[in-house]
Amino acid sequence: MRHLLSIADLNKSEAISILDTATELARVSDGAVKKLPTLRGRTIVNLFAEDSTRTRISFEAAAKRLSADVINFSAKGSSVSKGESLKDTAMTLQAMGADAVVIRHSASGAAQRLADSQWMSGSVINAGDGTHEHPSQALLDAFTIRKHLGMGASDLAGLNVAIVGDILHSRVARSNVLLLALLGAKVTLVAPPTLLPVGIQNWPATVSYDFDSVIPHVDVVMMLRVQQERMSDLFFPNAREYSRYFGLNGERMASMKSGAIVMHPGPMNRGLEISAEVADSARSVITEQVTNGVSVRMAILYVLLAGGALEVGRD
Amino acid sequence: MSVALSAQDITRALTRISHEILEKNQGSANIVLLGIPTRGAHLATRISSIIASIEGSEVPTGTLDITLFRDDLRMRPPRAIMPTKIPTSGIEGKDVILVDDVLFSGRTIRAALDALGEIGRPRAVQLAALVDRGHRELPIKADFIGKNLPTSKSQSVRVLLSEIDGRDEVTIEEGAEL
Repeated sequence: MRHLLSIADLNKSEAISILDTATELARVSDGAVKKLPTLRGRTIVNLFAEDSTRTRISFEAAAKRLSADVINFSAKGSSVSKGESLKDTAMTLQAMGADAVVIRHSASGAAQRLADSQWMSGSVINAGDGTHEHPSQALLDAFTIRKHLGMGASDLAGLNVAIVGDILHSRVARSNVLLLALLGAKVTLVAPPTLLPVGIQNWPATVSYDFDSVIPHVDVVMMLRVQQERMSDLFFPNAREYSRYFGLNGERMASMKSGAIVMHPGPMNRGLEISAEVADSARSVITEQVTNGVSVRMAILYVLLAGGALEVGRD
Repeated sequence: MSVALSAQDITRALTRISHEILEKNQGSANIVLLGIPTRGAHLATRISSIIASIEGSEVPTGTLDITLFRDDLRMRPPRAIMPTKIPTSGIEGKDVILVDDVLFSGRTIRAALDALGEIGRPRAVQLAALVDRGHRELPIKADFIGKNLPTSKSQSVRVLLSEIDGRDEVTIEEGAEL
Protein backbone atom coordinates (compact mmCIF):
# COMPACT_ATOMS: atom_id res chain seq x y z
CA MET A 1 0.00 0.00 0.00
CA ARG A 2 1.44 3.37 -0.96
CA HIS A 3 -1.44 5.82 -0.54
CA LEU A 4 -4.57 5.93 1.58
CA LEU A 5 -7.12 7.71 -0.58
CA SER A 6 -10.36 5.85 -0.11
CA ILE A 7 -11.78 2.95 1.89
CA ALA A 8 -12.86 1.53 -1.48
CA ASP A 9 -9.17 0.79 -2.19
CA LEU A 10 -8.84 -1.45 0.89
CA ASN A 11 -9.65 -5.12 1.13
CA LYS A 12 -10.81 -6.73 4.35
CA SER A 13 -7.43 -8.10 5.41
CA GLU A 14 -5.70 -4.75 4.84
CA ALA A 15 -8.33 -2.98 6.92
CA ILE A 16 -8.02 -5.52 9.74
CA SER A 17 -4.24 -5.31 9.67
CA ILE A 18 -4.42 -1.52 10.16
CA LEU A 19 -6.77 -2.03 13.13
CA ASP A 20 -4.51 -4.73 14.63
CA THR A 21 -1.45 -2.52 14.20
CA ALA A 22 -3.34 0.31 15.92
CA THR A 23 -4.17 -2.00 18.83
CA GLU A 24 -0.48 -2.64 19.41
CA LEU A 25 0.43 1.02 18.93
CA ALA A 26 -2.24 2.05 21.45
CA ARG A 27 -0.05 0.49 24.12
CA VAL A 28 2.62 3.06 23.30
CA SER A 29 0.16 5.84 23.99
CA ASP A 30 -0.56 4.20 27.36
CA GLY A 31 3.13 3.90 28.25
CA ALA A 32 5.27 6.33 30.19
CA VAL A 33 7.41 7.22 27.18
CA LYS A 34 5.09 8.06 24.29
CA LYS A 35 7.73 7.91 21.58
CA LEU A 36 9.02 5.36 19.11
CA PRO A 37 12.02 5.74 16.77
CA THR A 38 10.24 4.02 13.87
CA LEU A 39 9.92 6.92 11.39
CA ARG A 40 13.03 8.83 12.40
CA GLY A 41 14.28 10.98 9.52
CA ARG A 42 10.99 10.94 7.60
CA THR A 43 9.18 14.16 6.80
CA ILE A 44 5.39 14.34 6.86
CA VAL A 45 3.56 17.43 5.62
CA ASN A 46 0.10 18.27 6.89
CA LEU A 47 -1.44 20.12 3.94
CA PHE A 48 -4.72 21.49 5.23
CA ALA A 49 -6.57 23.60 2.69
CA GLU A 50 -9.70 23.44 4.85
CA ASP A 51 -10.23 24.05 8.55
CA SER A 52 -9.66 21.21 10.98
CA THR A 53 -8.78 20.80 14.64
CA ARG A 54 -8.99 17.12 15.46
CA THR A 55 -7.65 15.55 12.29
CA ARG A 56 -4.65 17.83 11.93
CA ILE A 57 -3.63 17.62 15.57
CA SER A 58 -4.23 13.88 15.55
CA PHE A 59 -2.00 13.30 12.50
CA GLU A 60 0.61 15.61 14.00
CA ALA A 61 0.62 13.73 17.33
CA ALA A 62 0.73 10.38 15.50
CA ALA A 63 3.70 11.42 13.35
CA LYS A 64 5.57 12.85 16.32
CA ARG A 65 5.07 9.72 18.43
CA LEU A 66 6.75 7.80 15.61
CA SER A 67 9.60 10.37 15.56
CA ALA A 68 8.83 11.75 12.09
CA ASP A 69 9.40 15.43 11.35
CA VAL A 70 6.14 17.27 10.82
CA ILE A 71 5.55 20.36 8.74
CA ASN A 72 2.16 22.00 9.14
CA PHE A 73 0.81 23.87 6.23
CA SER A 74 -2.58 25.52 6.18
CA ALA A 75 -4.17 27.46 3.37
CA LYS A 76 -4.64 30.52 5.50
CA GLY A 77 -1.35 32.31 5.91
CA SER A 78 0.32 30.48 3.01
CA SER A 79 0.71 31.18 -0.70
CA VAL A 80 -2.51 29.21 -1.34
CA SER A 81 -4.39 32.32 -0.21
CA LYS A 82 -2.41 34.23 -2.86
CA GLY A 83 -3.83 31.86 -5.49
CA GLU A 84 -1.10 29.22 -5.75
CA SER A 85 -2.39 26.04 -7.40
CA LEU A 86 -2.37 22.59 -5.85
CA LYS A 87 0.22 21.58 -8.45
CA ASP A 88 2.67 24.32 -7.52
CA THR A 89 2.14 23.64 -3.82
CA ALA A 90 2.79 19.92 -4.37
CA MET A 91 5.94 20.59 -6.37
CA THR A 92 7.22 22.83 -3.59
CA LEU A 93 6.64 20.06 -1.06
CA GLN A 94 8.40 17.57 -3.35
CA ALA A 95 11.39 19.89 -3.60
CA MET A 96 11.54 19.97 0.19
CA GLY A 97 11.65 16.17 0.31
CA ALA A 98 8.30 15.28 1.87
CA ASP A 99 7.91 11.51 2.38
CA ALA A 100 4.17 11.80 2.90
CA VAL A 101 1.50 14.43 2.50
CA VAL A 102 -1.64 14.39 4.63
CA ILE A 103 -4.15 16.39 2.61
CA ARG A 104 -7.46 17.95 3.58
CA HIS A 105 -9.16 19.81 0.76
CA SER A 106 -12.62 21.16 0.03
CA ALA A 107 -12.63 19.59 -3.46
CA SER A 108 -13.69 15.94 -3.74
CA GLY A 109 -10.89 13.99 -5.40
CA ALA A 110 -8.08 16.36 -4.42
CA ALA A 111 -6.11 13.56 -2.73
CA GLN A 112 -6.59 11.28 -5.74
CA ARG A 113 -5.39 14.06 -8.05
CA LEU A 114 -2.26 14.52 -5.94
CA ALA A 115 -1.55 10.78 -5.88
CA ASP A 116 -2.14 10.23 -9.61
CA SER A 117 -0.07 13.20 -10.70
CA GLN A 118 3.67 13.10 -11.15
CA TRP A 119 3.98 16.23 -9.04
CA MET A 120 5.43 14.44 -6.06
CA SER A 121 6.77 11.01 -5.21
CA GLY A 122 5.71 10.59 -1.58
CA SER A 123 2.69 8.85 -0.09
CA VAL A 124 -0.63 10.68 -0.07
CA ILE A 125 -3.05 10.30 2.83
CA ASN A 126 -6.56 11.60 2.38
CA ALA A 127 -7.63 13.48 5.50
CA GLY A 128 -10.97 14.48 3.99
CA ASP A 129 -11.72 15.61 0.45
CA GLY A 130 -14.91 17.61 -0.05
CA THR A 131 -17.96 15.40 0.35
CA HIS A 132 -16.12 12.30 -0.87
CA GLU A 133 -14.19 10.37 1.80
CA HIS A 134 -12.42 10.57 5.12
CA PRO A 135 -10.81 7.13 5.45
CA SER A 136 -8.79 7.69 8.64
CA GLN A 137 -11.98 8.74 10.47
CA ALA A 138 -13.75 5.56 9.34
CA LEU A 139 -10.82 3.44 10.51
CA LEU A 140 -10.78 5.07 13.94
CA ASP A 141 -14.55 4.64 14.22
CA ALA A 142 -14.26 0.94 13.33
CA PHE A 143 -11.40 0.63 15.82
CA THR A 144 -13.53 2.20 18.57
CA ILE A 145 -16.52 -0.04 17.76
CA ARG A 146 -14.34 -3.15 17.70
CA LYS A 147 -12.79 -2.23 21.03
CA HIS A 148 -16.17 -1.79 22.72
CA LEU A 149 -18.36 -4.37 21.04
CA GLY A 150 -16.08 -6.67 19.04
CA MET A 151 -15.79 -9.24 21.85
CA GLY A 152 -12.35 -10.27 20.65
CA ALA A 153 -13.31 -10.78 17.00
CA SER A 154 -11.13 -9.24 14.31
CA ASP A 155 -14.07 -7.89 12.28
CA LEU A 156 -17.50 -6.40 13.10
CA ALA A 157 -19.73 -9.23 11.86
CA GLY A 158 -23.24 -9.21 13.31
CA LEU A 159 -23.19 -5.64 14.65
CA ASN A 160 -25.88 -3.13 13.70
CA VAL A 161 -24.84 0.47 13.16
CA ALA A 162 -27.08 3.47 12.51
CA ILE A 163 -25.54 6.52 10.86
CA VAL A 164 -27.85 9.47 11.43
CA GLY A 165 -28.04 12.94 9.94
CA ASP A 166 -26.48 14.84 7.10
CA ILE A 167 -25.43 11.91 4.88
CA LEU A 168 -25.46 14.07 1.76
CA HIS A 169 -22.54 16.27 2.77
CA SER A 170 -20.74 13.72 4.92
CA ARG A 171 -17.46 12.20 3.80
CA VAL A 172 -17.38 10.47 7.18
CA ALA A 173 -20.62 8.62 6.38
CA ARG A 174 -19.38 7.58 2.94
CA SER A 175 -16.13 6.12 4.30
CA ASN A 176 -17.87 4.53 7.26
CA VAL A 177 -20.54 2.80 5.18
CA LEU A 178 -17.86 1.25 2.98
CA LEU A 179 -15.63 0.17 5.86
CA LEU A 180 -18.37 -1.10 8.18
CA ALA A 181 -19.89 -3.14 5.35
CA LEU A 182 -16.42 -4.48 4.48
CA LEU A 183 -15.99 -5.59 8.10
CA GLY A 184 -19.37 -7.34 8.14
CA ALA A 185 -21.55 -4.86 10.09
CA LYS A 186 -25.11 -3.99 9.00
CA VAL A 187 -25.50 -0.28 8.41
CA THR A 188 -28.74 1.70 8.49
CA LEU A 189 -28.71 5.30 7.29
CA VAL A 190 -31.23 7.59 8.95
CA ALA A 191 -31.87 11.03 7.46
CA PRO A 192 -34.54 13.21 5.91
CA PRO A 193 -34.82 12.47 2.15
CA THR A 194 -33.31 15.88 1.35
CA LEU A 195 -30.07 14.96 3.11
CA LEU A 196 -29.52 11.68 1.27
CA PRO A 197 -27.32 11.67 -1.85
CA VAL A 198 -28.46 10.53 -5.29
CA GLY A 199 -27.66 6.85 -5.82
CA ILE A 200 -28.01 5.91 -2.14
CA GLN A 201 -29.72 2.67 -3.20
CA ASN A 202 -26.35 1.43 -4.47
CA TRP A 203 -24.63 1.85 -1.10
CA PRO A 204 -24.19 -1.29 1.00
CA ALA A 205 -26.70 0.01 3.57
CA THR A 206 -30.43 0.27 4.23
CA VAL A 207 -32.21 3.61 4.52
CA SER A 208 -34.80 4.73 7.03
CA TYR A 209 -36.58 8.04 7.60
CA ASP A 210 -37.78 7.04 11.06
CA PHE A 211 -35.12 7.32 13.76
CA ASP A 212 -37.40 6.04 16.56
CA SER A 213 -38.05 2.72 14.82
CA VAL A 214 -34.31 2.13 14.21
CA ILE A 215 -32.79 3.12 17.53
CA PRO A 216 -33.89 0.14 19.72
CA HIS A 217 -32.25 -2.35 17.33
CA VAL A 218 -28.75 -0.99 16.89
CA ASP A 219 -25.48 -1.46 18.78
CA VAL A 220 -23.99 1.82 17.62
CA VAL A 221 -25.59 5.20 16.91
CA MET A 222 -23.25 7.41 14.94
CA MET A 223 -24.49 11.00 14.79
CA LEU A 224 -23.28 13.29 12.02
CA ARG A 225 -22.81 17.01 12.15
CA VAL A 226 -25.26 19.15 10.19
CA GLN A 227 -22.80 20.82 7.84
CA GLN A 228 -24.29 24.27 7.57
CA GLU A 229 -21.19 25.62 5.80
CA ARG A 230 -21.82 23.29 2.84
CA MET A 231 -25.55 23.99 2.68
CA SER A 232 -26.48 26.47 0.00
CA ASP A 233 -30.11 25.34 -0.18
CA LEU A 234 -32.74 24.77 2.45
CA PHE A 235 -32.67 21.09 3.40
CA PHE A 236 -35.08 21.15 6.34
CA PRO A 237 -37.65 23.68 7.51
CA ASN A 238 -35.87 24.72 10.72
CA ALA A 239 -33.39 23.53 13.30
CA ARG A 240 -36.06 22.69 15.87
CA GLU A 241 -37.88 20.39 13.50
CA TYR A 242 -34.64 18.66 12.47
CA SER A 243 -33.68 18.23 16.09
CA ARG A 244 -37.08 16.75 16.94
CA TYR A 245 -37.01 14.12 14.17
CA PHE A 246 -33.32 13.35 13.76
CA GLY A 247 -31.56 14.63 16.88
CA LEU A 248 -30.37 12.33 19.65
CA ASN A 249 -31.68 13.45 23.04
CA GLY A 250 -31.92 11.76 26.43
CA GLU A 251 -35.39 10.41 25.73
CA ARG A 252 -34.29 8.66 22.52
CA MET A 253 -31.11 7.43 24.18
CA ALA A 254 -33.22 5.70 26.84
CA SER A 255 -34.66 3.36 24.18
CA MET A 256 -31.20 2.15 23.11
CA LYS A 257 -30.05 -1.41 23.82
CA SER A 258 -28.00 -1.91 26.95
CA GLY A 259 -24.32 -1.69 26.04
CA ALA A 260 -25.00 0.28 22.86
CA ILE A 261 -22.72 3.27 22.26
CA VAL A 262 -23.09 6.79 20.85
CA MET A 263 -20.46 8.19 18.49
CA HIS A 264 -19.90 11.52 16.77
CA PRO A 265 -16.95 12.44 14.54
CA GLY A 266 -16.97 16.02 15.84
CA PRO A 267 -17.20 18.91 15.87
CA MET A 268 -20.63 18.67 17.50
CA ASN A 269 -23.53 21.09 17.18
CA ARG A 270 -24.80 20.58 20.71
CA GLY A 271 -28.55 21.04 20.81
CA LEU A 272 -28.99 20.40 17.08
CA GLU A 273 -28.08 16.81 16.17
CA ILE A 274 -27.04 15.77 19.68
CA SER A 275 -28.08 17.06 23.09
CA ALA A 276 -25.48 17.94 25.71
CA GLU A 277 -27.01 15.31 27.99
CA VAL A 278 -26.23 12.57 25.43
CA ALA A 279 -22.82 13.90 24.46
CA ASP A 280 -21.68 13.84 28.08
CA SER A 281 -23.39 10.57 29.02
CA ALA A 282 -21.76 7.25 29.86
CA ARG A 283 -22.83 5.83 26.46
CA SER A 284 -20.88 8.48 24.61
CA VAL A 285 -17.43 7.41 23.36
CA ILE A 286 -16.82 10.71 21.59
CA THR A 287 -13.65 11.72 23.43
CA GLU A 288 -12.36 8.16 23.22
CA GLN A 289 -12.72 8.40 19.43
CA VAL A 290 -10.23 11.25 19.54
CA THR A 291 -7.77 9.23 21.64
CA ASN A 292 -8.11 6.23 19.34
CA GLY A 293 -7.60 8.51 16.35
CA VAL A 294 -3.95 8.99 17.28
CA SER A 295 -3.29 5.23 17.49
CA VAL A 296 -5.09 4.55 14.21
CA ARG A 297 -3.20 7.33 12.41
CA MET A 298 0.07 5.99 13.79
CA ALA A 299 -0.90 2.64 12.28
CA ILE A 300 -1.68 4.28 8.92
CA LEU A 301 1.67 6.08 8.88
CA TYR A 302 3.45 2.88 9.92
CA VAL A 303 1.82 0.79 7.20
CA LEU A 304 2.46 3.39 4.47
CA LEU A 305 5.90 4.61 5.47
CA ALA A 306 7.80 2.14 7.64
CA GLY A 307 8.55 -0.43 4.98
CA GLY A 308 10.94 0.04 2.12
CA ALA A 309 9.95 -0.07 -1.52
CA LEU A 310 9.02 -3.28 -3.30
CA GLU A 311 11.52 -5.73 -1.93
CA VAL A 312 10.88 -9.32 -0.95
CA GLY A 313 10.95 -9.80 2.81
CA ARG A 314 12.54 -12.39 5.00
CA ASP A 315 9.50 -13.52 6.90
CA MET B 1 19.47 -29.14 3.51
CA SER B 2 20.92 -30.69 6.65
CA VAL B 3 19.36 -31.16 10.08
CA ALA B 4 21.40 -29.35 12.71
CA LEU B 5 19.18 -30.07 15.71
CA SER B 6 16.55 -32.78 16.10
CA ALA B 7 13.49 -32.50 18.33
CA GLN B 8 15.38 -34.27 21.13
CA ASP B 9 18.41 -32.01 20.71
CA ILE B 10 16.16 -28.94 21.06
CA THR B 11 14.57 -30.28 24.25
CA ARG B 12 17.99 -31.08 25.74
CA ALA B 13 19.37 -27.68 24.78
CA LEU B 14 16.41 -25.87 26.36
CA THR B 15 16.74 -27.97 29.53
CA ARG B 16 20.43 -27.10 29.77
CA ILE B 17 19.75 -23.41 29.11
CA SER B 18 17.12 -23.44 31.88
CA HIS B 19 19.63 -24.91 34.36
CA GLU B 20 22.28 -22.42 33.29
CA ILE B 21 19.86 -19.52 33.80
CA LEU B 22 19.12 -20.74 37.33
CA GLU B 23 22.79 -21.29 38.08
CA LYS B 24 23.89 -17.88 36.84
CA ASN B 25 21.04 -16.04 38.60
CA GLN B 26 21.13 -18.16 41.77
CA GLY B 27 17.51 -19.26 41.40
CA SER B 28 14.48 -17.80 39.72
CA ALA B 29 13.45 -15.20 42.30
CA ASN B 30 14.31 -12.03 40.38
CA ILE B 31 14.15 -13.15 36.74
CA VAL B 32 11.72 -12.22 33.98
CA LEU B 33 11.71 -14.09 30.67
CA LEU B 34 10.88 -12.08 27.54
CA GLY B 35 10.61 -13.91 24.22
CA ILE B 36 11.02 -12.09 20.93
CA PRO B 37 8.11 -12.98 18.60
CA THR B 38 7.38 -15.21 16.94
CA ARG B 39 9.54 -18.23 17.75
CA GLY B 40 11.48 -16.66 20.61
CA ALA B 41 8.17 -16.18 22.42
CA HIS B 42 7.41 -19.91 22.22
CA LEU B 43 10.93 -20.77 23.37
CA ALA B 44 10.52 -18.44 26.37
CA THR B 45 7.29 -20.23 27.31
CA ARG B 46 9.05 -23.60 27.12
CA ILE B 47 12.03 -22.43 29.21
CA SER B 48 9.58 -20.95 31.70
CA SER B 49 7.79 -24.26 32.18
CA ILE B 50 11.09 -26.17 32.49
CA ILE B 51 12.25 -23.71 35.18
CA ALA B 52 8.89 -24.04 36.93
CA SER B 53 9.27 -27.83 37.02
CA ILE B 54 12.78 -27.51 38.48
CA GLU B 55 12.12 -24.73 40.98
CA GLY B 56 8.49 -25.40 41.72
CA SER B 57 7.52 -21.76 41.25
CA GLU B 58 6.31 -19.81 38.21
CA VAL B 59 8.61 -17.37 36.43
CA PRO B 60 7.06 -14.16 35.01
CA THR B 61 7.14 -14.62 31.23
CA GLY B 62 6.15 -12.25 28.44
CA THR B 63 6.85 -11.19 24.89
CA LEU B 64 8.70 -8.18 23.53
CA ASP B 65 8.05 -7.09 19.93
CA ILE B 66 10.93 -5.14 18.51
CA THR B 67 9.58 -4.30 15.04
CA LEU B 68 9.13 -0.60 15.77
CA PHE B 69 12.76 -0.34 16.90
CA ARG B 70 14.41 -2.05 13.93
CA ASP B 71 17.01 -0.09 12.00
CA ASP B 72 16.34 -1.96 8.75
CA LEU B 73 12.64 -1.09 8.35
CA ARG B 74 13.32 0.89 5.20
CA MET B 75 15.01 -2.06 3.53
CA ARG B 76 12.00 -4.36 3.81
CA PRO B 77 8.29 -4.27 3.14
CA PRO B 78 6.25 -3.35 6.23
CA ARG B 79 6.14 -6.04 8.87
CA ALA B 80 3.16 -6.84 11.03
CA ILE B 81 3.53 -5.67 14.62
CA MET B 82 3.29 -8.56 17.07
CA PRO B 83 1.95 -8.26 20.62
CA THR B 84 4.18 -7.05 23.45
CA LYS B 85 3.07 -8.53 26.77
CA ILE B 86 5.05 -7.48 29.82
CA PRO B 87 4.30 -9.50 32.99
CA THR B 88 2.39 -7.48 35.58
CA SER B 89 5.39 -7.55 37.91
CA GLY B 90 7.14 -5.33 35.35
CA ILE B 91 10.86 -5.28 34.54
CA GLU B 92 12.03 -2.52 36.88
CA GLY B 93 15.02 -3.81 38.86
CA LYS B 94 14.59 -7.34 37.48
CA ASP B 95 17.04 -9.60 35.72
CA VAL B 96 15.50 -9.75 32.25
CA ILE B 97 16.39 -12.70 30.05
CA LEU B 98 15.70 -12.12 26.36
CA VAL B 99 14.94 -15.27 24.40
CA ASP B 100 15.32 -15.55 20.62
CA ASP B 101 15.59 -18.43 18.21
CA VAL B 102 18.61 -17.47 16.09
CA LEU B 103 21.39 -15.04 16.98
CA PHE B 104 22.87 -13.69 13.75
CA SER B 105 23.78 -10.04 13.07
CA GLY B 106 22.80 -8.91 16.57
CA ARG B 107 20.55 -6.18 15.20
CA THR B 108 17.38 -7.73 16.61
CA ILE B 109 18.94 -7.71 20.07
CA ARG B 110 20.07 -4.10 19.70
CA ALA B 111 16.46 -3.21 18.85
CA ALA B 112 15.28 -5.28 21.83
CA LEU B 113 17.55 -3.30 24.17
CA ASP B 114 16.05 -0.06 22.83
CA ALA B 115 12.53 -1.47 23.26
CA LEU B 116 13.31 -2.49 26.86
CA GLY B 117 14.57 1.01 27.60
CA GLU B 118 11.13 2.41 26.77
CA ILE B 119 9.48 0.09 29.29
CA GLY B 120 11.77 0.40 32.29
CA ARG B 121 15.21 -0.13 33.74
CA PRO B 122 16.04 -3.76 34.42
CA ARG B 123 18.85 -4.53 36.88
CA ALA B 124 20.53 -6.65 34.20
CA VAL B 125 19.71 -8.00 30.75
CA GLN B 126 20.86 -11.43 29.60
CA LEU B 127 20.37 -13.19 26.30
CA ALA B 128 19.43 -16.79 25.54
CA ALA B 129 19.41 -18.07 21.95
CA LEU B 130 18.66 -21.55 20.65
CA VAL B 131 21.16 -21.17 17.82
CA ASP B 132 24.18 -18.89 17.44
CA ARG B 133 25.16 -18.84 13.78
CA GLY B 134 27.88 -16.19 14.01
CA HIS B 135 28.39 -13.25 11.59
CA ARG B 136 27.79 -10.57 14.21
CA GLU B 137 27.58 -6.98 12.97
CA LEU B 138 27.39 -5.48 16.46
CA PRO B 139 29.28 -6.11 19.73
CA ILE B 140 26.63 -8.44 21.18
CA LYS B 141 27.03 -11.92 22.66
CA ALA B 142 24.64 -14.43 24.15
CA ASP B 143 24.83 -15.61 27.78
CA PHE B 144 23.07 -18.91 27.08
CA ILE B 145 23.36 -20.75 23.76
CA GLY B 146 21.64 -23.95 22.66
CA LYS B 147 24.10 -24.69 19.90
CA ASN B 148 26.84 -22.86 18.05
CA LEU B 149 26.27 -23.46 14.35
CA PRO B 150 29.16 -22.40 12.12
CA THR B 151 27.49 -21.24 8.90
CA SER B 152 28.46 -19.29 5.84
CA LYS B 153 26.58 -16.14 4.94
CA SER B 154 25.28 -17.88 1.82
CA GLN B 155 23.33 -20.33 4.00
CA SER B 156 20.16 -19.83 5.97
CA VAL B 157 19.10 -21.36 9.29
CA ARG B 158 15.47 -22.39 9.79
CA VAL B 159 14.05 -23.06 13.22
CA LEU B 160 10.83 -25.09 13.23
CA LEU B 161 8.80 -25.34 16.43
CA SER B 162 5.82 -27.62 17.02
CA GLU B 163 3.64 -24.70 18.22
CA ILE B 164 3.80 -23.11 14.75
CA ASP B 165 5.31 -25.58 12.33
CA GLY B 166 4.00 -28.87 13.71
CA ARG B 167 7.44 -30.29 14.56
CA ASP B 168 10.69 -29.35 16.27
CA GLU B 169 13.75 -29.09 14.05
CA VAL B 170 16.61 -26.76 13.13
CA THR B 171 17.94 -27.03 9.59
CA ILE B 172 20.66 -25.38 7.53
CA GLU B 173 19.78 -24.64 3.93
CA GLU B 174 21.78 -23.35 1.01
CA GLY B 175 20.76 -19.97 -0.28
CA ALA B 176 20.97 -16.77 1.76
CA GLU B 177 17.94 -15.32 3.46
CA LEU B 178 16.52 -12.38 1.61
